[in-house]
Amino acid sequence: MAINQLSVFVENKPGKLLDIVKALADANVNIRAMSIADTKDFGILRLIVSDTDKAKEILSSDCVVTVTPVIAAEMSDKAGSLASILEDFAFEGVNIEYMYAFTASTELGAYVVLRVDDNDAAERVLKSKGIAVLDGVSI
Amino acid sequence: MGNYYQPEIETAPREKILEIQNEKIVKQVRHVYENVPYYKKLMDEKGVTPDDIKSVDDIKKLPFLTKADLREAYPYGLLATDLKNCVRIQSTSGTTGKRVVAFYTQHDIDLWEECCARAIVAAGGTNEDVCQVCYGYGLFTGGPGLNGGSHKVGCLTLPMSSGNTDRQIQFMMDLGSTILCCTPSYAAYIGESLAEAGYKPEDNKLKAGIFGAEPWTEEMRRSIEKSLGIKAYDIYGLTETSGPGVSFECEEQTGMHINEDHFYAEIIDPETGEVLPEGSKGELVFTSLDKEAFPLLRYRTRDICVLTRKKCSCGRTHVKMCKPMGRSDDMLIIRGVNVFPSQIETVLLNEGYTPNYQIIVDRVNNSDTLDINVELAPDQFSDKVSDTQSKEKALEGAMRTMLGIGPKVHLVPPKSVVRSEGKAVRVIDKRKLHD
Repeated sequence: MAINQLSVFVENKPGKLLDIVKALADANVNIRAMSIADTKDFGILRLIVSDTDKAKEILSSDCVVTVTPVIAAEMSDKAGSLASILEDFAFEGVNIEYMYAFTASTELGAYVVLRVDDNDAAERVLKSKGIAVLDGVSI
Repeated sequence: MGNYYQPEIETAPREKILEIQNEKIVKQVRHVYENVPYYKKLMDEKGVTPDDIKSVDDIKKLPFLTKADLREAYPYGLLATDLKNCVRIQSTSGTTGKRVVAFYTQHDIDLWEECCARAIVAAGGTNEDVCQVCYGYGLFTGGPGLNGGSHKVGCLTLPMSSGNTDRQIQFMMDLGSTILCCTPSYAAYIGESLAEAGYKPEDNKLKAGIFGAEPWTEEMRRSIEKSLGIKAYDIYGLTETSGPGVSFECEEQTGMHINEDHFYAEIIDPETGEVLPEGSKGELVFTSLDKEAFPLLRYRTRDICVLTRKKCSCGRTHVKMCKPMGRSDDMLIIRGVNVFPSQIETVLLNEGYTPNYQIIVDRVNNSDTLDINVELAPDQFSDKVSDTQSKEKALEGAMRTMLGIGPKVHLVPPKSVVRSEGKAVRVIDKRKLHD
């Protein structure tokens, strides 16, 4: 099941990221996962938050925001877990546009957020390997 | 063949037009010389007397007037008749400095309104039309000019003035307006508002629109025509010469016929002041031929334009001017190439961007650089970096084709282009800081 990620266009200038994070904090929106892709002029901030609709509404007044379905997979936090998934993706021809990972604790496992060209195929691969795909609530 | 308000003059042979112009210019120059000490002094300094002006060919001997002269002579310095003969003033908004106040005798009002009447008839107007004028009324020339023209044609005139769009739409639908006169941006707004209110383009009775008083592109014309279900005609004018109606479009929509029996047009090199041949791009200069109260000779409009005498299918013989391509004081010379902000705007609109942009010119290692910041619209944003970078590249390519030099395009968030008093600051030329 795909979850909704917010992507925000941010100018590459001091204080710009702070403005966004602060706006979310003021609205009591919690950030569960994030990454920034940067270029010389701009960055694209990707966020998975506790309340996507609310966050989008808040940020849209001053920023360009788009919602993208991504896949969040849970795997065991040990060497080789990611390689094993990516091997199957490569075999199935699922292309990864970008991804970011985070760990909660060794016991709880590791999580990877994947933006791929074919969400259904990616989910099929993960399911066949018995890897849990997180929904918006559990993340 | 087209529709004419005054066919005998609008389709007169060139020799006839020239004859009228030659006769009028001699009188006009003498009238100014004898009644406007400010201009007499300019002529005396240049060593030109009214006797030197025997035909329109001699106009090039006369000194120019600029906006700075109008400011200096404000308010009465260029008035050419007694105030007791004047019946009206009109004025500019004064956004670029001190306002210009123009004076009119009844004769001047009549000739101005006649020019507007020609524009309305060229757009298909007759005394059976309902003409909704939503240019501003008051000091601004738009409302009064088209209102007067509409009266002369005999249209049922709706003197709406601008604003209160709900009321505009109500009158338009209830009274069945057939001709709409307003600024192109307001026409676009009315179109959007009609759609929002659930009306389709075919629900209104409009057939034509006469739009002017601000720059607009061909793309904007097509979009207004589609949203209102009309044919959109351009009209040009400036308070300094009378108001709208100095020139107007016919059904060919390939330029505006200048009312040459009242206004003589020249194209000059904005740097040297030299008169350029037909077809050259340069600054448009107007000389009024038969005004009483506020006759300006060789007034530099700062509009960059091209004139053509190519035969027009509408049958009119008056010279045509293109839509102004920019203002001479907006022109940037970058790596020796003339660049106008309006060209950049055209590319942005063509490519589906908002016209919110900022041009930054700088000099790095003795070479000019051109950077263009363009605001990204929400529907153009993708979460992938490569998509945004491809958009920048595509815009750079389109800009290079239009401008002849390659800029660097940067997409920036909405509302990040600096605005002062609601108006965007379009050009930052940092080269001036280094000089």
